[in-house]
Amino acid sequence: MFVYTIRRLLQTIPVILGVTLVVFLMMHLIPGDPAQIMAGERADEAQVEQMRDRLGLNDPFYAQYTRFVVDAAQGDLGNSVRSGRAVSSEIGARFWVTVELAFYSTLLSIFIGLIAGIVSATKRNSFLDVFIMIFALFGLSMPNFWLGLMLIQYFALPFDWLPVSGWGTPEQLLLPVITLGTAGAAIIARMTRSSMLEVIHQDYIRTARAKGVKERYVIYKHALRNALIPVVTVVGLQFGVLLGGAVLTETVFAINGLGRFVVEAIAMRDFPIVQGSVLVLAMLFVFVNFLVDISYRVLNKRIELD
Amino acid sequence: MENPKTMIKVDELQTSFYTSKGEIKAVDGVSFDVPTGKTLGIVGESGSGKSITSLSIMRLLEDPGKIKGGKITFSGEDLLAKSESAMRSIRGNRISMIFQEPMTSLNPVFTIGDQIAESYMIHEGLSKKQALKKALGMLELVGIPSPKDRLKAYPHQLSGGMRQRAMIAIALACRPELLIADEPTTALDVTIQAQILRLINNLQDELGMSMMLITHDLGVVAETCDYVAVMYAGKIVEYADVNTLFHSPKHPYTVGLLKSLPRHDIDQEELEVIKGMVPRPDDLPDGCRFAPRCPFATKLCEEKLPTLDTMADKNQVRCWIYTDQWDGPEVNVKNDYGTAQSK
Repeated sequence: MFVYTIRRLLQTIPVILGVTLVVFLMMHLIPGDPAQIMAGERADEAQVEQMRDRLGLNDPFYAQYTRFVVDAAQGDLGNSVRSGRAVSSEIGARFWVTVELAFYSTLLSIFIGLIAGIVSATKRNSFLDVFIMIFALFGLSMPNFWLGLMLIQYFALPFDWLPVSGWGTPEQLLLPVITLGTAGAAIIARMTRSSMLEVIHQDYIRTARAKGVKERYVIYKHALRNALIPVVTVVGLQFGVLLGGAVLTETVFAINGLGRFVVEAIAMRDFPIVQGSVLVLAMLFVFVNFLVDISYRVLNKRIELD
Repeated sequence: MENPKTMIKVDELQTSFYTSKGEIKAVDGVSFDVPTGKTLGIVGESGSGKSITSLSIMRLLEDPGKIKGGKITFSGEDLLAKSESAMRSIRGNRISMIFQEPMTSLNPVFTIGDQIAESYMIHEGLSKKQALKKALGMLELVGIPSPKDRLKAYPHQLSGGMRQRAMIAIALACRPELLIADEPTTALDVTIQAQILRLINNLQDELGMSMMLITHDLGVVAETCDYVAVMYAGKIVEYADVNTLFHSPKHPYTVGLLKSLPRHDIDQEELEVIKGMVPRPDDLPDGCRFAPRCPFATKLCEEKLPTLDTMADKNQVRCWIYTDQWDGPEVNVKNDYGTAQSK
């Protein structure tokens, strides 16, 4: 298990390097000249050229990339074009808000998704099953920013105790977490249902019943442990979708998190901020998938690395 | 009252599957009994209803399967009248089952030890520690080498034969009165088959169990069983003690099965086969169900289903040939089968 963890950890290194390359390329291939923006709109050609020199934009591509990676590894992601403050401290101030939002939303979607999926599978083709699956279809199809707006319209505005914006108090958490967690809950419910239905017809479930195991334990002990394996993968992938959704959710609920920060930075063409934020979010995603791989191994003893 | 020496008595059991295409009679009026300490073999091709019969006894049929009629008496108790929780305390405790597929019959995410120990925890109310200790004893009993390590092993770490031994350990953990073994050796290598059969036989003697052995392999029956019921398309076609069945088989299907076994005492160019296929359970013939494949079949066979009649040597046969109503030429099924089939 220890060796497995170390090896999986080492495997994330090339992925992270790939991420830095993509992020770096992205910022250099999209239109807009950072030097022009930093120098100001009224700067003349000479001033812009000077700024370009200062930013190192005239250096060869590989030199710029190497500098970016080396600096990033030391925690230096450059300075914001607009505020001039270090990108790392700007991101640091907002990072945990987004992590918190993503964490609670994931928790909510796992909790609701698992229960709904198990109930649906064990009561297959019943009224409850149909109801849950229709509900899941809605949850899946609904754009989360629209769900957020509807929640504000029909829950936050009519009832005083649910705030429409901000982050920190439990009341402030509720609506954004529902907004962001619904799609995940729907996917996990559907995944759990189909996975459970497959497992329930396996021979070893019949063995458990032939042993005289109570039906409740057949489901929650013998079947669920096996059914969870594909569900865990979905939870990991879902986390990436969640980070994307966080951008919209934070904007709708005016939460001062990393997502909204990126949107603003894009609008302002604040390249270092966008670059830094995307890098941090991508690494968070890589980290979560690393955790998923580890828990996968705990659930499924058959997995051996190579 | 039931004869106290009968472990289990199945009487006119009918099990059907209710599908959108209508009722499918998987088991259609099957009766047999297993005397205490003896072994009954149930023989038949796939789809003959033998596995469904055993699942019916365990009351483990999955939807849309239902027991439609009949009676199952287990050591004097009516199994079909029992509540689900009463059945649970019998399953894995007084009646156990071994399944065909050792590769998939063990839960991949629990250790062998946990899976054996579970029986003790359910039926004897032992703590996990005590249960694991007894599980270790079971692994020794079924002859698994270095049982202490195997206790902590997961199913994928064991070979097919070892897994089947582990399955046997699970089934026998609570010393059942009746063991139902559903094709316990079919999925195993031939050399391992013999070991597993010997193991089951020895344990049966040691524990004084009664046994139902479900198989399509007459060789296995000859080695292990006291009585044999031959099933075809949901019905018993011949029911006899093992010597009678092998020395004077009566039903053309039984004879066909015996002829299709490879023999080492005579030179054979080719094995004989029973021509045709088992009828689909949703499309059974009106008359004798074997008639379409039977080399002796007459008009009577195709029109009317024969009853299971007791013969002079006490075996029971479901065949028109042995009745007064037989409308074909005089035949000796055992001797004439080959010539009749080649016609």
